[in-house]
Amino acid sequence: MYLLNLYNCLTTYLVLGALLFAFGIYGLVSRRTIIGMLISSELVLAAASMNFMAFNRFTAPDPAIGQIFTLFIMAIAAAEAAIAVSIVIAVYRNYKSIDTEDIVDLQG
Amino acid sequence: MQSAICQSAAGMSFFSAQGFVGLIFLVTIGLIIAGAFVATTSTRLVRCISGLAVCFTGVAGAYYFLLAPFVAMMQMLIYVGAVSILIAFAIMMATPEEGDTPGKKITRFSGPLGFAVSAMAFAALSLLAATTDWQVFAREGSGDMHHIGMVLLTSHSMVFELVSIVLLVAIMGALVIARRGRD
Repeated sequence: MYLLNLYNCLTTYLVLGALLFAFGIYGLVSRRTIIGMLISSELVLAAASMNFMAFNRFTAPDPAIGQIFTLFIMAIAAAEAAIAVSIVIAVYRNYKSIDTEDIVDLQG
Repeated sequence: MQSAICQSAAGMSFFSAQGFVGLIFLVTIGLIIAGAFVATTSTRLVRCISGLAVCFTGVAGAYYFLLAPFVAMMQMLIYVGAVSILIAFAIMMATPEEGDTPGKKITRFSGPLGFAVSAMAFAALSLLAATTDWQVFAREGSGDMHHIGMVLLTSHSMVFELVSIVLLVAIMGALVIARRGRD
């Protein structure tokens, strides 16, 4: 059965990465709260990691490089999440809201 | 086209050991898709972050299928254990009671337009992934934890140190930003 051999195909992982990327873009565009957009950006980063790991497994000459790059992506994502959460808390303290429509002081 | 990328599956039974592994991978794919769907479409932020944790668990399973158990473990540790919990704390500290209230004027078209954009991106990337003839190189090195440690501390040691500095600066900046405005 072809369906049971999906885990041996590069295309499966690439399509999964594209799916995660599409979900992340949809969430980034359609969300109205900052935390929802942060969650969607984490999905986009996971899509990038998935692509690196897939090419690392199937085509790359040295199978350690992709894993190391994925570890670096995880570190950067952790730093990004920490800063984004602190910004969310600062915004909520000043505006009592995390809605992106309410943070419009310069709109007049 | 997929002779080297995708090994053939002649005579694989549903009840053999290989078939069971394939079944577990289908469950993993289901976890990823269901988690991402809940994380992007739910109206309550608590459900969003739960869906994100489920999705990251599925991604860790996919890493395990990609012969990288160390990265799968790090995925569970960092994403599911740290990042999701951090965002859950942010939701608990900084969310008004009513949650995500829909129905303002500017965001009326953002849902369908965002769906169209993401669907086009998904279709284009999937078509590109399925039709490209990827070039396969000969393997050198095993890719296990010993090999990763050797490469990480020899040829990638500069990036390793830079990432530690970035993490330090990020945590100090997060503390400063979250502290500002409090008496």
